[in-house]
Amino acid sequence: MTRRCEPDLNQPKATMNADNNPIPGFSFDPCSSFYQFLTTQRPELLPMARWGTLPIQQGSRDIPLSHQLPPWPHGTTVLAFTYQNGVLIAGDRRATEGFQIAANRMDKVFQTDEFSAMAIAGAAGPCVEMAKLFRIELEHYEKLDGKPLTCEGKATRLGYMVKANFPMVMQGLVVIPLFVGYDQKREIGRLFKYDITGGRYEDTEFHAVGSGGKDARLTLKEHFRKNLPEDQAVRVAIRALSNAAEEDVGTGGPDLLRKIFPMVKLVDGQGVRDVEDTQLATICQELLSQEREY
Amino acid sequence: MAMPFYVSPEQMMQDRAEYAKKGIAKGRSIIAMEYDQGVLFVADNPSASLFKISEIYDSIAFSGAGRYSEFENLRKAGIQHADMKGMMYSREDVTARSLANGYSQMLGTIFSQEMKPYEVELLLAQVGETPDGNEMYRIAFDGSIIDERNFTAIGGRSEAILTFLRKEISETRPALKIALQLCQQAFENGADHKTGLKGLEVALLDRTRPGRKFRRIGTSEASALLS
Repeated sequence: MTRRCEPDLNQPKATMNADNNPIPGFSFDPCSSFYQFLTTQRPELLPMARWGTLPIQQGSRDIPLSHQLPPWPHGTTVLAFTYQNGVLIAGDRRATEGFQIAANRMDKVFQTDEFSAMAIAGAAGPCVEMAKLFRIELEHYEKLDGKPLTCEGKATRLGYMVKANFPMVMQGLVVIPLFVGYDQKREIGRLFKYDITGGRYEDTEFHAVGSGGKDARLTLKEHFRKNLPEDQAVRVAIRALSNAAEEDVGTGGPDLLRKIFPMVKLVDGQGVRDVEDTQLATICQELLSQEREY
Repeated sequence: MAMPFYVSPEQMMQDRAEYAKKGIAKGRSIIAMEYDQGVLFVADNPSASLFKISEIYDSIAFSGAGRYSEFENLRKAGIQHADMKGMMYSREDVTARSLANGYSQMLGTIFSQEMKPYEVELLLAQVGETPDGNEMYRIAFDGSIIDERNFTAIGGRSEAILTFLRKEISETRPALKIALQLCQQAFENGADHKTGLKGLEVALLDRTRPGRKFRRIGTSEASALLS
């Protein structure tokens, strides 16, 4: 037996037009997004306009761009973890180009606004561009809406940008960010990781990505404690990056001779600040002398 | 078929200008004044959340008098222009002069070609690295643009306010406290109604700040400054 669902004739009929738009021709777009603005107005300025839509050459179907061209610079290991006052984010300074070192003073950790920062592993060009675009994105929203995005909102927004990057991933131009921010409402530091499809995952402890990411994670697993004080947190970060540099050719360790140290940023209730090179130098010296004693 | 009446271009422009001026005369005023460390903006604005003064870019601020929906659209267009230019070139290449030019073009086109002119007056300021590098532009409803020095005002009561300021101001680029005092007095003198500090929206382009120079000053901070 079938039951038919009769329409209720007493119910007033919906007065929407075909587009489900109460006022035709107008809409309250909730987006104060610069990325969205570029997508609709000037798509040629977006990174994927250049790489993501390159025509695949005849006879080379399914071979990603990365196999057809000489290697281009890649940024390597970055890590982040929560500590007493907030969250720490750090990265080594090396960029590699195949088996060559492309740069040994590269910055992969970027402050994105007053209370957030990101670090990126992957193809250096698109990485730096994404960080730059994301900074503008946050500032643009703040100016248009008169109020900064919440920590969660920022993390979601970055997820969209990673997702939009997916056509470039198919060409071998992978960009994997780590995002950290201080949540002023909850008064905690928060850490988000992403996958290549734009999937966003919050982590309450630690994470590391990049070629030496696994090695850095191993060290963090051993030395990470909840609510580490600031000086110890910086020490753990340096140790993790140094260990990763020992295991992975792509990761650059601290270079005391040339005074090249990893970049470490602390994000807390006061904002974002860099750990000074002098402090990093002392910690690196200490770690090195500890190794000698063994 | 009825023929449309002939209206001379002069008559048409005059009518439009009159219409726009009438709309702006209803708008509350805004003062921009150079002080020793930057540019001070003070607006007669009873709302604590609907702003008339806004940040456009690192060292550039915007304010509009007249019809809210219209200057809000112009403000958004300015932010989009600035952010895009900063991305395509560099952050230092975004200047108030080019923004003012853009606004002038937009308002000029709207004034002569659209059904109804915009009933707005805009004030655009950029704080320079040195006091002499400050720039202030006043842009009228028809796109005419005036390069201002030391202080300027827009909105319905701007003439009364400017007359008061010309008489009272004794030094160029006074300290912040004196500048704020002057602005408050100008509003009390020029406006029909009494405006306490609560009814004023205050913002700064502060040269001493790193990066983004724009900063809002709340009622409590403003009263602390004046005491």
